[in-house]
Amino acid sequence: MTAVSVPLREPWEDFRRQKEAVSFGFWVFIASEVMFFGGLLLAYAVNRHLHLEAFQTALRNTDIIYGIINTVLLMTSSFFMTAVVRGAPRGMRRTTLWGLSLCALLGIAFLVVKGIEYHDDIAKGLVPGVGFPLRPYATQIFFALYWIMTGVHAIHLLVGIGIVLTIETMVARRRMPLNSPTIEVAGLYWHFVDIIWMLLFPLLYLLERW
Amino acid sequence: MTRTIVHVWIAPAAGLLGLLAMLAATIAAAHASLGALSVIINLLIAGLSIGMIAIVFMNLGRSSTLVRLASIAGVFWLVFLFALTAGDYLTR
Repeated sequence: MTAVSVPLREPWEDFRRQKEAVSFGFWVFIASEVMFFGGLLLAYAVNRHLHLEAFQTALRNTDIIYGIINTVLLMTSSFFMTAVVRGAPRGMRRTTLWGLSLCALLGIAFLVVKGIEYHDDIAKGLVPGVGFPLRPYATQIFFALYWIMTGVHAIHLLVGIGIVLTIETMVARRRMPLNSPTIEVAGLYWHFVDIIWMLLFPLLYLLERW
Repeated sequence: MTRTIVHVWIAPAAGLLGLLAMLAATIAAAHASLGALSVIINLLIAGLSIGMIAIVFMNLGRSSTLVRLASIAGVFWLVFLFALTAGDYLTR
Protein backbone atom coordinates (compact mmCIF):
# COMPACT_ATOMS: atom_id res chain seq x y z
CA MET A 1 0.00 0.00 0.00
CA THR A 2 2.96 2.29 0.73
CA ALA A 3 4.15 2.05 -2.86
CA VAL A 4 0.78 3.36 -4.04
CA SER A 5 0.41 6.29 -1.65
CA VAL A 6 4.00 7.59 -2.03
CA PRO A 7 5.01 7.70 -5.71
CA LEU A 8 8.62 8.75 -4.96
CA ARG A 9 11.16 6.90 -7.11
CA GLU A 10 14.92 6.65 -7.22
CA PRO A 11 17.13 8.63 -7.70
CA TRP A 12 15.09 11.50 -6.25
CA GLU A 13 15.19 12.30 -2.57
CA ASP A 14 12.02 14.34 -2.45
CA PHE A 15 8.79 14.36 -4.41
CA ARG A 16 8.93 18.02 -5.43
CA ARG A 17 12.21 17.51 -7.29
CA GLN A 18 10.91 14.33 -8.89
CA LYS A 19 7.88 16.21 -10.24
CA GLU A 20 10.13 18.99 -11.49
CA ALA A 21 12.40 16.50 -13.30
CA VAL A 22 9.44 14.73 -14.89
CA SER A 23 8.02 18.04 -16.21
CA PHE A 24 11.43 19.15 -17.44
CA GLY A 25 12.07 15.86 -19.23
CA PHE A 26 8.69 15.92 -20.86
CA TRP A 27 9.09 19.49 -22.11
CA VAL A 28 12.38 18.41 -23.72
CA PHE A 29 10.43 15.63 -25.47
CA ILE A 30 7.85 18.22 -26.58
CA ALA A 31 10.71 20.34 -28.00
CA SER A 32 11.72 17.36 -30.17
CA GLU A 33 8.10 17.02 -31.28
CA VAL A 34 8.02 20.73 -32.12
CA MET A 35 11.00 20.17 -34.44
CA PHE A 36 9.28 17.16 -36.01
CA PHE A 37 6.11 19.12 -36.82
CA GLY A 38 8.30 22.16 -37.56
CA GLY A 39 9.63 20.43 -40.68
CA LEU A 40 6.10 19.88 -41.96
CA LEU A 41 5.10 23.45 -41.13
CA LEU A 42 8.15 24.73 -42.97
CA ALA A 43 7.30 22.60 -46.02
CA TYR A 44 3.81 24.13 -45.90
CA ALA A 45 5.15 27.70 -45.59
CA VAL A 46 7.65 27.34 -48.45
CA ASN A 47 5.18 25.67 -50.80
CA ARG A 48 2.45 28.16 -50.01
CA HIS A 49 4.92 30.92 -50.85
CA LEU A 50 5.87 29.22 -54.14
CA HIS A 51 2.33 28.13 -55.16
CA LEU A 52 0.02 30.64 -53.47
CA GLU A 53 -2.84 30.36 -55.96
CA ALA A 54 -2.80 26.56 -55.91
CA PHE A 55 -2.85 26.51 -52.09
CA GLN A 56 -5.80 28.93 -52.02
CA THR A 57 -7.72 26.75 -54.51
CA ALA A 58 -6.90 23.54 -52.65
CA LEU A 59 -7.80 24.94 -49.20
CA ARG A 60 -11.31 25.82 -50.44
CA ASN A 61 -11.83 22.09 -51.03
CA THR A 62 -11.34 21.01 -47.43
CA ASP A 63 -14.56 20.84 -45.39
CA ILE A 64 -14.43 23.57 -42.74
CA ILE A 65 -17.46 22.21 -40.83
CA TYR A 66 -15.51 19.07 -39.90
CA GLY A 67 -12.56 21.30 -38.99
CA ILE A 68 -14.65 23.46 -36.65
CA ILE A 69 -16.34 20.46 -34.98
CA ASN A 70 -12.96 18.83 -34.36
CA THR A 71 -11.45 22.05 -33.00
CA VAL A 72 -14.30 22.38 -30.46
CA LEU A 73 -13.98 18.68 -29.52
CA LEU A 74 -10.25 18.99 -28.81
CA MET A 75 -10.61 22.28 -26.92
CA THR A 76 -13.29 20.72 -24.69
CA SER A 77 -11.17 17.61 -24.11
CA SER A 78 -8.26 19.84 -23.03
CA PHE A 79 -10.59 21.54 -20.53
CA PHE A 80 -11.44 18.18 -18.95
CA MET A 81 -7.79 17.14 -18.97
CA THR A 82 -6.89 20.32 -17.09
CA ALA A 83 -9.56 19.54 -14.47
CA VAL A 84 -8.04 16.04 -14.13
CA VAL A 85 -4.46 17.30 -13.74
CA ARG A 86 -5.55 19.90 -11.18
CA GLY A 87 -8.04 17.69 -9.33
CA ALA A 88 -5.98 14.48 -9.07
CA PRO A 89 -3.25 15.78 -6.68
CA ARG A 90 -6.07 17.14 -4.49
CA GLY A 91 -7.45 13.62 -4.10
CA MET A 92 -10.49 14.22 -6.35
CA ARG A 93 -10.84 10.63 -7.49
CA ARG A 94 -14.24 10.89 -9.17
CA THR A 95 -13.20 14.05 -11.05
CA THR A 96 -10.06 12.24 -12.23
CA LEU A 97 -11.86 9.12 -13.45
CA TRP A 98 -14.76 10.99 -15.09
CA GLY A 99 -12.43 13.56 -16.60
CA LEU A 100 -10.18 10.88 -18.13
CA SER A 101 -13.23 9.06 -19.54
CA LEU A 102 -14.55 12.24 -21.14
CA CYS A 103 -11.11 13.06 -22.56
CA ALA A 104 -10.85 9.64 -24.18
CA LEU A 105 -14.43 9.88 -25.49
CA LEU A 106 -13.87 13.33 -27.01
CA GLY A 107 -10.60 12.08 -28.53
CA ILE A 108 -12.41 9.11 -30.07
CA ALA A 109 -15.16 11.48 -31.32
CA PHE A 110 -12.44 13.55 -33.00
CA LEU A 111 -11.09 10.46 -34.78
CA VAL A 112 -14.61 9.42 -35.87
CA VAL A 113 -15.26 12.89 -37.36
CA LYS A 114 -11.82 12.77 -39.00
CA GLY A 115 -12.64 9.34 -40.43
CA ILE A 116 -15.92 10.62 -41.93
CA GLU A 117 -14.01 13.59 -43.36
CA TYR A 118 -11.34 11.28 -44.85
CA HIS A 119 -14.13 9.20 -46.40
CA ASP A 120 -15.61 12.32 -48.03
CA ASP A 121 -12.17 13.46 -49.21
CA ILE A 122 -11.47 10.08 -50.81
CA ALA A 123 -14.93 10.08 -52.42
CA LYS A 124 -14.11 13.49 -53.94
CA GLY A 125 -10.80 12.08 -55.23
CA LEU A 126 -8.69 14.47 -53.15
CA VAL A 127 -5.79 12.02 -52.90
CA PRO A 128 -2.64 13.13 -54.78
CA GLY A 129 -1.92 10.95 -57.81
CA VAL A 130 -3.48 10.00 -61.13
CA GLY A 131 -6.94 11.53 -61.66
CA PHE A 132 -6.58 14.25 -59.02
CA PRO A 133 -9.54 16.57 -59.77
CA LEU A 134 -8.01 19.99 -58.98
CA ARG A 135 -5.74 22.24 -61.08
CA PRO A 136 -3.05 23.59 -61.05
CA TYR A 137 -0.92 20.55 -60.22
CA ALA A 138 0.55 22.18 -57.10
CA THR A 139 -2.86 21.71 -55.41
CA GLN A 140 -1.59 18.15 -54.93
CA ILE A 141 1.26 19.46 -52.75
CA PHE A 142 -1.33 21.03 -50.45
CA PHE A 143 -3.26 17.78 -50.21
CA ALA A 144 -0.09 15.74 -49.71
CA LEU A 145 0.64 17.98 -46.70
CA TYR A 146 -3.02 17.76 -45.61
CA TRP A 147 -2.90 13.95 -45.46
CA ILE A 148 0.53 13.77 -43.81
CA MET A 149 -0.14 16.48 -41.21
CA THR A 150 -3.63 15.33 -40.21
CA GLY A 151 -2.54 11.67 -40.37
CA VAL A 152 0.45 12.18 -38.09
CA HIS A 153 -1.70 14.29 -35.77
CA ALA A 154 -4.35 11.54 -35.65
CA ILE A 155 -1.66 8.96 -34.76
CA HIS A 156 -0.52 11.23 -31.91
CA LEU A 157 -4.11 11.52 -30.70
CA LEU A 158 -4.57 7.75 -30.90
CA VAL A 159 -1.46 7.31 -28.71
CA GLY A 160 -2.90 9.94 -26.33
CA ILE A 161 -6.19 8.04 -26.04
CA GLY A 162 -4.22 4.87 -25.26
CA ILE A 163 -2.24 6.67 -22.54
CA VAL A 164 -5.41 8.20 -21.02
CA LEU A 165 -7.24 4.86 -20.92
CA THR A 166 -4.20 3.09 -19.43
CA ILE A 167 -3.89 5.69 -16.67
CA GLU A 168 -7.63 5.57 -16.02
CA THR A 169 -7.52 1.79 -15.63
CA MET A 170 -4.53 2.01 -13.27
CA VAL A 171 -6.17 4.71 -11.14
CA ALA A 172 -9.47 2.80 -11.06
CA ARG A 173 -7.64 -0.34 -9.87
CA ARG A 174 -5.69 1.77 -7.37
CA ARG A 175 -2.41 0.78 -8.99
CA MET A 176 -1.52 4.45 -9.57
CA PRO A 177 -1.75 7.09 -6.81
CA LEU A 178 -3.69 10.25 -7.63
CA ASN A 179 -0.64 12.45 -7.03
CA SER A 180 1.49 10.52 -9.54
CA PRO A 181 3.46 12.83 -11.89
CA THR A 182 2.44 10.46 -14.72
CA ILE A 183 -1.02 12.06 -14.73
CA GLU A 184 0.46 15.52 -15.13
CA VAL A 185 2.71 14.35 -17.98
CA ALA A 186 -0.22 12.68 -19.75
CA GLY A 187 -1.94 16.08 -19.52
CA LEU A 188 1.06 17.83 -21.10
CA TYR A 189 1.03 15.34 -23.99
CA TRP A 190 -2.72 15.74 -24.50
CA HIS A 191 -2.48 19.54 -24.57
CA PHE A 192 0.45 19.36 -26.99
CA VAL A 193 -1.66 17.34 -29.43
CA ASP A 194 -4.34 20.04 -29.02
CA ILE A 195 -1.75 22.75 -29.75
CA ILE A 196 -0.72 21.07 -33.02
CA TRP A 197 -4.35 21.07 -34.11
CA MET A 198 -4.63 24.80 -33.25
CA LEU A 199 -1.95 25.32 -35.93
CA LEU A 200 -3.30 22.83 -38.47
CA PHE A 201 -6.84 24.24 -38.36
CA PRO A 202 -6.03 27.69 -39.84
CA LEU A 203 -3.39 26.28 -42.23
CA LEU A 204 -5.67 23.61 -43.72
CA TYR A 205 -9.15 25.13 -43.40
CA LEU A 206 -9.05 28.87 -42.93
CA LEU A 207 -6.34 30.93 -44.67
CA GLU A 208 -8.01 33.03 -47.41
CA ARG A 209 -10.89 30.58 -47.71
CA TRP A 210 -13.49 33.20 -48.61
CA MET B 1 -13.24 24.32 -0.93
CA THR B 2 -14.22 27.35 -3.02
CA ARG B 3 -10.58 27.89 -3.96
CA THR B 4 -10.31 24.27 -5.07
CA ILE B 5 -13.42 24.53 -7.24
CA VAL B 6 -12.11 27.73 -8.83
CA HIS B 7 -8.69 26.15 -9.45
CA VAL B 8 -9.98 22.82 -10.79
CA TRP B 9 -13.10 23.88 -12.70
CA ILE B 10 -13.70 27.64 -13.00
CA ALA B 11 -10.23 28.72 -14.22
CA PRO B 12 -10.03 25.99 -16.91
CA ALA B 13 -13.65 26.79 -17.91
CA ALA B 14 -12.65 30.43 -18.38
CA GLY B 15 -9.75 29.19 -20.52
CA LEU B 16 -12.12 27.08 -22.63
CA LEU B 17 -14.49 30.04 -23.13
CA GLY B 18 -11.52 32.16 -24.19
CA LEU B 19 -10.46 29.51 -26.71
CA LEU B 20 -14.00 29.24 -28.12
CA ALA B 21 -14.21 33.04 -28.41
CA MET B 22 -10.90 33.07 -30.30
CA LEU B 23 -12.16 30.30 -32.61
CA ALA B 24 -15.24 32.42 -33.43
CA ALA B 25 -13.04 35.48 -33.97
CA THR B 26 -10.62 33.68 -36.29
CA ILE B 27 -13.47 32.28 -38.42
CA ALA B 28 -15.05 35.76 -38.58
CA ALA B 29 -11.71 37.27 -39.61
CA ALA B 30 -11.30 34.70 -42.40
CA HIS B 31 -14.92 35.25 -43.51
CA ALA B 32 -14.38 39.02 -43.69
CA SER B 33 -12.02 38.33 -46.65
CA LEU B 34 -9.42 40.94 -45.74
CA GLY B 35 -6.74 39.20 -47.83
CA ALA B 36 -3.29 39.26 -46.25
CA LEU B 37 -4.72 40.92 -43.13
CA SER B 38 -7.02 37.92 -42.58
CA VAL B 39 -4.02 35.59 -42.82
CA ILE B 40 -2.13 37.66 -40.24
CA ILE B 41 -5.15 37.73 -37.89
CA ASN B 42 -5.70 33.95 -38.30
CA LEU B 43 -2.06 33.18 -37.46
CA LEU B 44 -2.02 35.70 -34.61
CA ILE B 45 -5.12 34.13 -33.05
CA ALA B 46 -3.57 30.66 -33.49
CA GLY B 47 -0.52 31.95 -31.58
CA LEU B 48 -2.73 33.43 -28.83
CA SER B 49 -4.70 30.18 -28.49
CA ILE B 50 -1.48 28.19 -28.21
CA GLY B 51 -0.16 30.65 -25.62
CA MET B 52 -3.36 30.29 -23.61
CA ILE B 53 -3.21 26.48 -23.71
CA ALA B 54 0.45 26.56 -22.65
CA ILE B 55 -0.02 29.05 -19.81
CA VAL B 56 -3.43 28.02 -18.42
CA PHE B 57 -3.88 24.35 -19.40
CA MET B 58 -0.20 23.28 -19.32
CA ASN B 59 0.37 25.28 -16.16
CA LEU B 60 3.42 27.17 -17.47
CA GLY B 61 2.16 30.21 -15.58
CA ARG B 62 3.01 28.41 -12.32
CA SER B 63 6.02 26.38 -13.49
CA SER B 64 9.66 26.83 -12.48
CA THR B 65 12.13 28.80 -14.58
CA LEU B 66 13.83 25.56 -15.69
CA VAL B 67 10.58 24.12 -17.05
CA ARG B 68 9.68 27.42 -18.75
CA LEU B 69 13.11 27.51 -20.43
CA ALA B 70 12.67 23.92 -21.64
CA SER B 71 9.23 24.83 -23.00
CA ILE B 72 10.63 27.51 -25.30
CA ALA B 73 13.59 25.38 -26.49
CA GLY B 74 11.66 23.89 -29.42
CA VAL B 75 10.20 27.24 -30.46
CA PHE B 76 13.66 28.82 -30.18
CA TRP B 77 15.15 26.44 -32.78
CA LEU B 78 12.00 26.67 -34.89
CA VAL B 79 12.63 30.41 -35.23
CA PHE B 80 16.10 29.65 -36.69
CA LEU B 81 14.63 27.06 -39.06
CA PHE B 82 12.06 29.52 -40.40
CA ALA B 83 14.31 32.60 -40.38
CA LEU B 84 17.14 30.93 -42.33
CA THR B 85 14.75 29.35 -44.85
CA ALA B 86 12.89 32.65 -45.30
CA GLY B 87 16.28 34.31 -45.81
CA ASP B 88 16.67 32.09 -48.88
CA TYR B 89 13.18 31.98 -50.41
CA LEU B 90 12.13 35.58 -49.72
CA THR B 91 15.31 37.04 -51.26
CA ARG B 92 15.30 35.11 -54.56
